Amino acid sequence: MTDKATTIIDRPVLTAKDFASDQEPKWCPGCGDHAVLQQLKNVMAELEVQPENVVFVSGIGCSSRLPYYMATYGVHGIHGRALPMATGLKVARPDLSVWVATGDGDALSIGGNHFIHTLRRNPDLNVVLFNNEIYGLTKGQYSPTSKIGLRTVTSPSGVIDQPFNTAALTIGSGGSFFARAFDRDGKFLRSLLKRAALHKGTSLVEIYQNCPIFNNAAFEAFATPDNKADHTVYLEQGKPLVFGKEKNKGIILDGFKPVVVDLDKEGLSTSDLWVHNESDINKASILAHFADAEFLPRPFGVFYAETRISYEDALTAQICDAQKNGHATLEELLKGDSSYEIK
Amino acid sequence: MTDTTKTTRQVNVTSKTSVSVLFAGDSGDGMQLTGTQFANTVAVRGSELNTFPNFPSEIRAPAGTIAGVSGFQLQFSSKPVYTPGARFDVMVAMNSAALKANLKDLHRGGIIIAGTEGFDEKNLKLAGYPEGANPLEDGSLSNYIVFPVPVLQLTREALKESGLSGKDVDRCKNMFVLGLLYWLYSLPLEGTIETLTSKFQKNIQMAEANIKAMKAGYFFGDETELFANLGRFDIAPQKQHGIYRRVTGNEACAIALTAAAKKAGLELFLGSYPITPATEILQTLAKKKKYGVKTFQAEDEIAGIVSSIGAAYGGALAATNTSGPGLALKTEALGLAVILEVPLVVINVQRGGPSTGLPTKPEQSDLLMAMYGRHGEAPLPVVAACSPVDCFYTTYEAARIAVEHMTPVICLSDGYLALSSEPWKVESPDNLSEINPRFQPARKPEDPPYLPYKRDDRLVRSWAIPGTQGLEHRIGGLEKQNETGNVSHDPENHELMTKIRAEKIARIAETIPLQAIDNGQQKGDLLVLGWGSSYGAIKTAVEQALEEGYSVAHAHLRYIHPFPKNLGEILGNFKRVLIPEMNSGQLIHIIRDTFLIAPVGYSKVQGVPFNEMEILAKITDLIKEIE
Repeated sequence: MTDKATTIIDRPVLTAKDFASDQEPKWCPGCGDHAVLQQLKNVMAELEVQPENVVFVSGIGCSSRLPYYMATYGVHGIHGRALPMATGLKVARPDLSVWVATGDGDALSIGGNHFIHTLRRNPDLNVVLFNNEIYGLTKGQYSPTSKIGLRTVTSPSGVIDQPFNTAALTIGSGGSFFARAFDRDGKFLRSLLKRAALHKGTSLVEIYQNCPIFNNAAFEAFATPDNKADHTVYLEQGKPLVFGKEKNKGIILDGFKPVVVDLDKEGLSTSDLWVHNESDINKASILAHFADAEFLPRPFGVFYAETRISYEDALTAQICDAQKNGHATLEELLKGDSSYEIK
Repeated sequence: MTDTTKTTRQVNVTSKTSVSVLFAGDSGDGMQLTGTQFANTVAVRGSELNTFPNFPSEIRAPAGTIAGVSGFQLQFSSKPVYTPGARFDVMVAMNSAALKANLKDLHRGGIIIAGTEGFDEKNLKLAGYPEGANPLEDGSLSNYIVFPVPVLQLTREALKESGLSGKDVDRCKNMFVLGLLYWLYSLPLEGTIETLTSKFQKNIQMAEANIKAMKAGYFFGDETELFANLGRFDIAPQKQHGIYRRVTGNEACAIALTAAAKKAGLELFLGSYPITPATEILQTLAKKKKYGVKTFQAEDEIAGIVSSIGAAYGGALAATNTSGPGLALKTEALGLAVILEVPLVVINVQRGGPSTGLPTKPEQSDLLMAMYGRHGEAPLPVVAACSPVDCFYTTYEAARIAVEHMTPVICLSDGYLALSSEPWKVESPDNLSEINPRFQPARKPEDPPYLPYKRDDRLVRSWAIPGTQGLEHRIGGLEKQNETGNVSHDPENHELMTKIRAEKIARIAETIPLQAIDNGQQKGDLLVLGWGSSYGAIKTAVEQALEEGYSVAHAHLRYIHPFPKNLGEILGNFKRVLIPEMNSGQLIHIIRDTFLIAPVGYSKVQGVPFNEMEILAKITDLIKEIE
């Protein structure tokens, strides 16, 4: 429907600012959403996309206000339904770059069914999941990712629901891309968003995002420079899993069991460690469950990336095949293939 | 092949104008296929035709029981017919349950062709007949003409050298019955022979066996003394010259969506979730890929409609189809489509409710939900189809209104229309009205800013689709400021936008045709006002009442919201207004509310369509009251 070639001619190089809409973000001061918004604008500029070819789709929640602040096309939909809306749009318009801004409540609770089915279908969407482990817009109820024991207005005695593990859920649902980032680590977040954009298929980027009002410091262990080094491990393709302030800790795999080792004390070198391979679904599953064990560092980066045909490409291929002998006409449609003549 | 239709001895052939036939048997007896073949044969010969399948919601209910009875009713005629017949003239009963379930609808003096094997002790017991009672032997059917035929035994005899397994041989018994009926109604076998040959292309043995069974049935009619007194019948075909096809309501809906997209120059996207009795629309469209149709079988009803809204935002002709429970799930998203003001066609094939209700049975009980079933004030157009063929024209209209007025439209069908069929004279593309999407052209940087909610004189906003330079804009479910579309919580603005959304739908009345009187005078004693699938029954009843000299007329609504501009005037021209509905009275609420008149309601909530006799009786009662 659009001719990209003609729209690109004679257009200035766009900067992040060019992707800011005229609406002032209405998120709370200090909210992690501001940082994600900034990185998204940066990524748009880096990707050199034209704003008219980008659509941000969202559901309901704090993070779902994001489309209003991007100078691209945008639809703010209804609670939980951003993914099917984005799927319909992408299927109808494979030429567009379609992004989804969603939260832990929107994507994993009310939209949980759409979440799993979208991932298995694999339309080429870039899904940015703002996980603050709380319901912000409705003022502080626990969410499907809230930790057990968290006291909120609806869990005054502490949460008793087992939280979702977003990474495990994504991989288990047949998702083709999962990455985790952190709102305050801007440069890294930007690199992951760019990777996600370039991934063909549904890319899921979970962002640990701080809600300073209702769940402040939920991710503090991964935030302060002191804590961060010992509690996080950054994944790099083909590189060993090394972490710690002195870069002296690592992960080895004992069968299927990840074990933390001290390189100095145990006389090991990095070549003895688990080497990250983002195309290995079994290792990705083990990484996903790091979050369940206190003693393991929290992984950030691309857990898993699989090359698989996107839903809209598969559908387009079927349509092309059906039309290989030419497009059928309206006349043929009306006549059908079982018509008969009364003479 | 003419030799097959030659009779070996002289049998009296009686001409008739129309006949209603019921094929009934167990779900596994192949009655739907038999009925469909019979219908194809009479249609191709040029008869007027109306068919109605009636089957249980269970795929295989216990064999031999009333719950497992599957029926296919059809009426064929030398003159136009609008219903499958209030009563049937002939009933094929493959077992005793089929007889028991349907006898009440057989004309007194009607013909029963009974497969005797289905009347053995076991079957009689399963059908719930008292011990020792057999209707074929105890004289209880003395008001009918009964032909007991050992269908199974005769089929086995005919196919004893076929080489097929016993089970496969027995499955051919429906073709024996079909052949017998072809003989009885002087119909040719060629069409079915062709169909069987192509259906069993890869299994010639099976094709030959079916054809042989059918011929055996035909020759049985010819040779047996059983029919000597009755003779044969002929219903002369009278259809006008032309090219026809037979369509069900669901097929017609699917064709209409595809045609509307072609005519509008748009791509068709259907987001859908399977639900009885609407699923054939998705199935039919899934096979239309050569027309560029994109179907998306979603994970649930909500994803079905929401994906369509996404596609509509992207510039496709988007549609979703469903039945009552699904429409309930789609209501929140419908509100979104209303506030986004994007085109969307929602086809609701109504079935008996509430809840799961009667999944395979029709009802007209979603009208008020279609009109008002959304939170907040979310008006949208509602149209209703009145016949299988009209499903095409009404769905097409729904698409036109959706695209040209940038609004979701609910198109109501029901389980009766969905599965019934009638011949349709193939429509020419030129006769279809134009559909003009109003795409907003690209904007240059020096042009004034784009205002997504700026409207034309019909209050319609333009369609600014992604990919168009200079029109980047954000819209959503939050209330928007007039013209700019920016989020607004301003009190006066909300009231203004509420009024604009309502007025926009009201103004559609300017673009739709005036209401016509379908039959009868423009003024008189009684107007029968109908909507939806009761068209055929009302039409036939009013025709009859007019013949009997009553002052009665029939008007049938396609446009329920907004109403045609002249509807009030029409209603005022009659002393009384009768509104028959397959619900407890829903249109009547809207009519009373809009026109402050007191119509008479006539309800039937049995999961069964009205028949013409019921409506005729109501008409004559009312007119006698007036007099």
